[in-house]
Amino acid sequence: MVLNPARSILWRAAVSRSSVELKSFFRNRQSLVFTLLLPIVLLVVLGSIFSGTVPGTHTDFKQMFIAGIIACGVMSVSFNGLAISVAIERDTGMIRRLASSPMPKSAYFVGKVVRVAVTGTLETVLLLAVAVLAFGLPLPSTAARWETLVWVLLLGGVACTLLAVAFSSVIPNARSASAIVTLPFLVLQFISGVFFPYSQLPAWMQTVAALFPLKWMTQGLRSVFLPNDFAHVEPAGVWELDRVALVLAAWCLAGLALSFLTFRWRGPNVR
Amino acid sequence: MSMVAEQANPVHVRSLRKRYGPVNAVEEVDLDVRSGEVFALLGPNGAGKTTTVEILVGVRRRTSGDVRVLGRDPAEDAPEWRARIGVVPQTTGAYTDLTVREVVEHFAAFYPAPLPVAEVIDMVGLGKQARKQAQSLSGGQARRLDVAVGVVGDPDLIFLDEPTTGLDPVARREAWDLVRYFADRGKTTVLTTHYLDEVEALAQRAAVIVGGRVVESGPVAELGGRRATPAAVSFTRTDGLAASLPTLPDDAVVEEAEGLVVVRTHHPTEAMAALLPWAAASGVRELPDLRIHRPSLEEIYLDLIRSNQEGGVV
Repeated sequence: MVLNPARSILWRAAVSRSSVELKSFFRNRQSLVFTLLLPIVLLVVLGSIFSGTVPGTHTDFKQMFIAGIIACGVMSVSFNGLAISVAIERDTGMIRRLASSPMPKSAYFVGKVVRVAVTGTLETVLLLAVAVLAFGLPLPSTAARWETLVWVLLLGGVACTLLAVAFSSVIPNARSASAIVTLPFLVLQFISGVFFPYSQLPAWMQTVAALFPLKWMTQGLRSVFLPNDFAHVEPAGVWELDRVALVLAAWCLAGLALSFLTFRWRGPNVR
Repeated sequence: MSMVAEQANPVHVRSLRKRYGPVNAVEEVDLDVRSGEVFALLGPNGAGKTTTVEILVGVRRRTSGDVRVLGRDPAEDAPEWRARIGVVPQTTGAYTDLTVREVVEHFAAFYPAPLPVAEVIDMVGLGKQARKQAQSLSGGQARRLDVAVGVVGDPDLIFLDEPTTGLDPVARREAWDLVRYFADRGKTTVLTTHYLDEVEALAQRAAVIVGGRVVESGPVAELGGRRATPAAVSFTRTDGLAASLPTLPDDAVVEEAEGLVVVRTHHPTEAMAALLPWAAASGVRELPDLRIHRPSLEEIYLDLIRSNQEGGVV
């Protein structure tokens, strides 16, 4: 079999980028602590503090929180992790050197996708394991719920990945990356129904949260882990899974457009 | 030179201009780099050297002008063109969370016919550090890793932007050997540097850029009319020497002030052949402070910059 040389170069470059992405994720203490471990620490600490049921339901508050923290975990490795890594690569000369090499540009993004796919899956499995073993979370009860788990995390992860590439352009340098990324992450966590039941938040806060993907990711995951009668305390009174899919898909498209508009291989900020 | 031959040069630049807002970083640059040579770009900081190189390697867009590098417009950014050029940017890169070997292997994966990774690491003198984390390298070692990353694709044309800044003298000589290694294999190198000894040791031709313009270009030995500048034979008068000088070469110009005699001539050997018997005849066996001085590249360079910067103010 004769391989198309351009394709074999793309394959080789994509494999090399992916392996470098994974090495730098698992060797970097900052990325391990801030993106992989932080949601797990939050789950363990807050899961041990929260008690009681969500008002108006028979559902344990903890379980609502766990559904939310899994969404946060995926956002953490996709949005936070990626925005930080792109900012570092831009600031240390990596992106400039890649741009000066004949690397097919798509190989860079393939590497990022592999990084998010591997770390996102790992994060989800770790959070689920801790939730099931330590806090008695029941695993999704039907095949349809497993399906929902997969597509919500997939769409949410893709949206966050693309938004991370775009967001990295507002980070001025590598040193401030973690701090700047934490701000939107923290705010969205508080207003998207992770630590507090979404229905109890002020209306304006609900409106703001509904503009961003995290709210829809947590809502989708509540439909996966919580009993069906919990849906009546959701703002619409139902899970709105079609709307979850629609909003997340729209964010994927917006993220793609924004990253096309903002990502730079060259220019004054690419050192 | 015919038009065709000019076009065949690996680097061909005419009327290059780069404007940032109201500032012209590059005003008017013409360059021809010939195949197989080491070409040096000289000039003070902020003169436009790095901007020019960045345009040539396609990481910056020009405002206007005609630029051909290996026969193509760098702005096209074609991958098969990228595979033939090597770039070492001015600022040293940091490669996080990877070993030296992993960094070089990573970049080698992008090229159709890279040099063997271990060989490149040895060539830049990082053989002993191959397994070390790239972040833990010293400044000079990190610079050498940059060079390894730039050349691992076995490029036909190499751009080195101040590759030896921050290197100790031994490491600088090793970097020189590397430049010669590629030159011996028929590759072309464009080198920007502040070290004039480096230019004399490595480059065949050079251009001096001041204020965004090429103020001088040509073979290093002839730069700034260096070959046309006469040598100076000088000594201090001492008791016993005859008042009048012997017959000197026809072109000799003699200056004498406070006992110091300076004879400027293109024939210093002939001048010495006349001066030595003349001194001996007066019983002077040793002419005090005798020396023959030819202008160094550094003097020529500083003169060029001084006169062009003064000219710029007017």
